[in-house]
Amino acid sequence: MALDIWQPLLLSLKVALWATGLNLLLGVATAFALSRWRSRLSNLFDAMFTLPLVLPPTVLGYYLLVLLGRRGAFGAWLEHWGINPVFTWQGAVIASTLAAFPLVYKAARAAFEGVDPQLESAARVLGLSRLAVFFRVSLPLASRGIVAGALLTFARALGEFGATLMIAGNLPGRTQTLSVAIYSAIEAGDEAGANTLVVVASLTCIVVLLLAGRLTRGHAPQRVV
Amino acid sequence: MAIDVDIHRTLAGPHRPFTLDVRFRAEHARIVLYGPSGSGKSLTLRAIAGLVTPDRGRIVVHGQTWFDADQRICLPAPARRVGYLFQDYALFPHLTVGQNVAFGLGAGWRNPSRRSLPEAARHWLEALELDGLTDRYPWQISGGQQQRVALARALAPHPQLLLLDEPFAALDPPLRARMREHLLALQSRLGLQMLMITHDPSDVEALGEYVLEIRDGRIHGDARTSGITG
Repeated sequence: MALDIWQPLLLSLKVALWATGLNLLLGVATAFALSRWRSRLSNLFDAMFTLPLVLPPTVLGYYLLVLLGRRGAFGAWLEHWGINPVFTWQGAVIASTLAAFPLVYKAARAAFEGVDPQLESAARVLGLSRLAVFFRVSLPLASRGIVAGALLTFARALGEFGATLMIAGNLPGRTQTLSVAIYSAIEAGDEAGANTLVVVASLTCIVVLLLAGRLTRGHAPQRVV
Repeated sequence: MAIDVDIHRTLAGPHRPFTLDVRFRAEHARIVLYGPSGSGKSLTLRAIAGLVTPDRGRIVVHGQTWFDADQRICLPAPARRVGYLFQDYALFPHLTVGQNVAFGLGAGWRNPSRRSLPEAARHWLEALELDGLTDRYPWQISGGQQQRVALARALAPHPQLLLLDEPFAALDPPLRARMREHLLALQSRLGLQMLMITHDPSDVEALGEYVLEIRDGRIHGDARTSGITG
């Protein structure tokens, strides 16, 4: 049986790109809100948002199944609209997004906390609304940290295995990502296939890291104080 | 050109709570609030700019109520149209000198373009002798130049009141004297009312027309009034 390398590779890249995009929106918004919100509750939320980093991925996958499965609270509602993310590539996106969320959230939060509040005050006094201050001052000054977090998110999503396997399963050509395909090949005793996939996965990661280096270097000049 | 300030605010301090209870009324063109660090000068300035909300009191500037606790009025900072010169200048490090000066000329979601600066920005760059530095970043210029950029940025949107927070503290003495003269000339040419806070007696000497002394969060009378009315 000829092993198809492209299908799992392209699927992995598609899933990782979606997860990175979603996390950029969700993680940056959450990080900014929590970095500006002073309350004891914010520590609790911080712990909650960091949880996917320390929980075993299988536990995440289990939670997702409970939530999104046909009998799950949210899953039943989705079913009503004819959507069922279990055993689909969208399910893999949800799993990867959740597993990688803390990486962009943590990086963005540290970046926002590093922005001098005086600069935001200066922008307010110069006539800007809070939203305009975010887009013109806070976000550009935090962009380096956010880009670094996004690249880590991409790498993490690319390698996601446990939660993806549990919610999206292992359907060749449909939900079989690169890391799941490697596991499958080993299970089936296809050592040559596993070797090829492992080389492809390693090369992909090296390319991502090289791109990451170029992206972070090629940024607008900024002095790090 | 009257400024009427009566503000009260209690802050939790590291040792004991700090109470700001500042009341003054001034019609002069150059008002100086003079006092040691930790006396509540900065807090007063920030409250007038709308960056801090007092617990009680009112702020009325040029007949317009900016803050009134009883009437639940609190004009947000962008609507007060003040020029604010920060002690460390607070220049935007990701923007060029030109973009910094043009920053307050538009309130949209995008920063001014580096290439085509508005006419008003060019005017202020020229007025403060910064035209050669337009494309530099703030960390590439000297302290005195940074201060002129901060001043140009504050003046470009036509503020109705200029607030200055220890404007000369970060400069070396010879430059300090030159910048005081520069500021004085600019202020009288524009007819712009200004309120400066400082702990430096030479600032009071050079710029104070109406001087208030502040200690431990309270105004302790006029330190010196030169008698020239604005």
